[in-house]
Formats: sequence, structure tokens, C-alpha cells
Amino acid sequence: MNDHSFGFRTRALHAGTPPDPTTGARAMPIYLTSSFVFDSTEHAAELFALRTYGNIYSRIGNPTVAAFEERMASLEGGLGAVAFASGLAAQLAAVLCVAESGDHIVATASLYGGTVTQFTVTLKRMGIACTLVPGDDPRAIEAAILPNTKLVYTETIGNPTGNVADLEALANIAHAHGLPLVVDNTFASPALCRPIEFGADIVTHSATKFIGGHGTVIAGVLVESGKFPWGAGKHPLLSQPSPGYHDMNFAETFGEYALLMRARVEVLRDVGAALSPMNAFMLLQGLETLPLRMAAHVENARIVANFLRGRDEVSWVKYAELANSPYRTLAAKYLPLGAGAIFTFGLRGGREAGRAFIEALELWSHLANVGDGKSLVIHPASTTHQQLGDEEMLVSGVSPDMVRLSVGREDPSDLLWDLENGLRAATAAAAKSGATV
Amino acid sequence: MILETVAQRRALLARSHTLAMVGASPTTTRPSYFVFSYLRTKGRMHIAAINPNAHDIDGVVAFPSLAAYAAVHGAPDIVDVFRRSSEAAAVTREAIAIGAKAIWYQYGVIDDVAIALADAAGLDVVVDRCIKVETARFDGGLSVGGLNSGLITSKRIAPPSRSN
Repeated sequence: MNDHSFGFRTRALHAGTPPDPTTGARAMPIYLTSSFVFDSTEHAAELFALRTYGNIYSRIGNPTVAAFEERMASLEGGLGAVAFASGLAAQLAAVLCVAESGDHIVATASLYGGTVTQFTVTLKRMGIACTLVPGDDPRAIEAAILPNTKLVYTETIGNPTGNVADLEALANIAHAHGLPLVVDNTFASPALCRPIEFGADIVTHSATKFIGGHGTVIAGVLVESGKFPWGAGKHPLLSQPSPGYHDMNFAETFGEYALLMRARVEVLRDVGAALSPMNAFMLLQGLETLPLRMAAHVENARIVANFLRGRDEVSWVKYAELANSPYRTLAAKYLPLGAGAIFTFGLRGGREAGRAFIEALELWSHLANVGDGKSLVIHPASTTHQQLGDEEMLVSGVSPDMVRLSVGREDPSDLLWDLENGLRAATAAAAKSGATV
Repeated sequence: MILETVAQRRALLARSHTLAMVGASPTTTRPSYFVFSYLRTKGRMHIAAINPNAHDIDGVVAFPSLAAYAAVHGAPDIVDVFRRSSEAAAVTREAIAIGAKAIWYQYGVIDDVAIALADAAGLDVVVDRCIKVETARFDGGLSVGGLNSGLITSKRIAPPSRSN
């Protein structure tokens, strides 16, 4: 081997998957097995004591899943990764790695609705408090940090409002208080933004989205930078003896690998949200084309955003690259290759117009997902964010007239043809219900 | 020479057959025990512990000093340093005295005087790296744990050797 530094497209194809050591298979085999035999009782003891690397049981680790993890770590520029059964499981693990009952976390408010309920309802029941901070001022995040705060959380591109986080400012604030910055990078994918390069310590993904790219498997992953001082004392779950693993001190024993080890051998082991090897294989196939797909998604998103901006039926378009976006500067800094392919717009004519628009679409799929190769559409106020109260909804940036698009990779002329028909239906519905367009 | 690249570290591990670990601990939760145990069970190099306060580690006799080790085994290919940075220079002088070919300072063992001494004496020098992690990087051990080995290759890697 040499010290050549391989590029992103090469790593998307190769990282984590050298030829299979046993068979020479060039594609990553699907190791569909629950368990792995030990060579001897000594070997088993070494494995269980974490003194040697190896496979024990696929809830904790599996070769196909590990290949996906290593490729994600490579693409995000991290030290390593741990895969989970879903994005929500991955971010729950990020929290549980550093926080326990009596602790507190701080997050930006404009988040995926499922994250908001996980943080404010489920974590609360477990005794972990969460402060959601509205707006984009990093100083407001700093003001929300308490003595028992364990992490700061944000999304690279907020769902659904499309706000772009000032990652560097947030990382500086978090680090000044001895805290890690956790960034959900689902909407950007590492092809468009690598938060670790801007100071993030943990990156999470719903790999269900652009990582897989097919809209087939549910999956999540946690990537860690390896740069955060877990042993500094602010995170006793990592720097004190753990009763969950025969009083092991993770920071002392594993150094920079402390959080990744604890995420796997305690959190993944005990929460049990393991990724299937079959699904990991699908994700590896997806990652091979990630940079190519993201370029195509961005190209189509720009076309669609500009089309909508020029329409009378549309009251606003929130795509961070548009000239009137308050996030244009941040997008240029953090997302130079493109501000993603998921954004929202407002439809004149109220609820009836929104309903008519979505129902008239033939090509755009009406469903609750993003990041599929196919174009998707949804009305967040009545679906993904309907569990939230009015105030929470407003805080998370969801308005009743908002339509969210996930722009796919179809021929752009087909996408615009379909949107045109939808807008026509919306106008007709609005006229019928007496609303002005 | 100070070895700063991945390729240099890999070549050092490949050409080395004997390793003396200064500060190897018999306490099973200490990092130095993890590293000692891992390298011993991998069976690629002859591993010895240097620890005046230990009789043996997992049945492997510990030597009280590098000189005592050298009297039995001769000069080691690598001296691995698991001591406080303030003791690194003294360990380095001993390593030079017994004719060690390389010196490896573990995570956090950073002392400019020690590094300069070793470099001037012609030893290969690795600083602020873990020899277990670097070994695992090249034998597929890191990859088993979803860790970023940095390896990109179309060549088959030999399966990691297990307990010997």
C-alpha cells in the first residue's frame, strides 16, 4: 500500500470492501448468519473481554454490516461508525452514549418531527431533558446550555424548513462548554457536506434516504470523528467504570475509540436495534453511486425550485441556494456542491388547494419519506409533523400551506409537466372554494 | 527516522519480529494489558513485558528492565513505550543502549527530548500511535469493528490470524 489519498468517488466504491479474505469474492458477500464460532475457549474469552477483534453475534457486529460502517466512516471522514436498524435508533444511541437520567441536551428546534417527539417525549420519560432552541442564532444555543448538558444537536439542513446550520459556530460553542456537536447529515449526505470537517464530533444519518437511494431499506448509522476528549470528565458514562461492561473505563481503555466502542458493546448490544446484513448489502450498493446520484438530485432540485419560484400559484419557495434565501451564504460555505434536493414551498389557496395539488400529481409519489431516487411530495402539517402541537409546529417551522418536495432523478421535463398539472388543479380547487389565488 | 506515514508504519510492523513493551500491565482493565494481550495472541511477533513490579502477565514472564530482557533475548526490533511522557527519555536511553532498532511511543507519550535522542541514534521512531490499532489496521481487525482502516485495495488481505 502507499500513502496516496483516495478521492470521494473511489472511496464510495471501495472503502470497507477489499476482496473477501476467505473466498476472494470482489463484491461484499452477505454474511447472513446470527452467530460466529469461536476457535477456542481462550479465543471466546478474548473476544468477550474486547481484547481482540472478531465477530461474536450479529446483534453486535457482522462482516457485511461492518463493511457498510467502514465505508460510511470513510466518506464522512470519521474514525469509525456503528450501524443501526433506523436513523432514529442511531440518534437515540448518540444520546444514550453520553447522557443518562438527570442529564440534559440542547437541540436546534427545526428538526424532523420524529426527532422532536423522541427528544421531548421519549427521552423525557427516561429522565433526559431537552431544550429546543428556535431560530438560527448560535448564541441562543449557548444560552440554553446547562451544567448537566451533555451534547448539542442539529441537522445540517433542517427538516422540513430547509434552514442550513452554521456548523462551525455551533461546534465552537459546544466545544467551549466541553460538549460534542451531534449533526444529523441525512439531507445533505456526505457527498454534499461532511460535518466533521467543520468541527462536528458525531454524525448521524437516516441511511434510508440518500445513502441507500432506492427507498427500499430502513437503516441508520452513527459516525464519530475520534477527536472529542471523552475522558475529560464531562461525560462520566465514558470516563468512569461502567457496570454494563465489568467496570470498564471506556475512555482509558480505548482512547479515541471510546465512544464507538461503547455505542457498539453497550448501547447497540442492550438496545438491540441492529441492522440486518441483507440491508447493509443494499446500502453498500447504494453508496457506490452516491456522489453521482447527489449531483443529479441537485441538478433537478435547482430546476424545480426555479420553476416554482416563477409561478403565481406559489407564495414562497425555501431552497437555500435561491437569491432571496437567508441561508444562501451558509449554503455556499457548507454545501458548495448544492443545497440538497429536499425543500418546501407555500401554495396559495389554503388547505383545499394543497389537497388538490397533491392528488392531481401522477409522477410525484405522495408518501412520508425523502431521498428516494423517485420524486416525492407531502403536506407536513397533516402528516410528518401532525403529532406536534400548534406551538411546536410553528417552532419547528411548519406552516399549514407548506408542501415538501424530495426531488428525484427523473427527466426534469417530466417533473415540471406533473407539477404544472398539480398547480392547475390547485387553482381550480381554490377558485371553487372561493379562496383568492 | 521518524515514521509519519501509514506505509512506513506498515513496513516497520512487517519487518519486525520481536517487541519489548515497557509498562505492560497485568491489570486486565489497563490499556497496556489490552495491547499486550492482543499482540501476544496475534502470534506475529515475539512479545515480552518489561515491568519491574510484575512477575508475569498471563503466564509470560515479565522482565524488570530492558537490559534484563536484552541479556536473554538480545536487542528487540521494537521497544514499545507505555510510560508517562516524563519517563520517555530514560526509557529511550535504555532502548538505545541495548541496540533496539525502533521505538514506538503509545498514545499521549510525547517527549521532544526522547524523540530527538532516538532519531539521532538511528532508530525508527513512531510517536503518539497505538501499536495495537496499527496492527489491527493492516490485518483487518479495525474493519471487523466498523472502524475506518483507511485501506483501499483490490488485493485480497490474508484473514487475521487468531489465537495461537
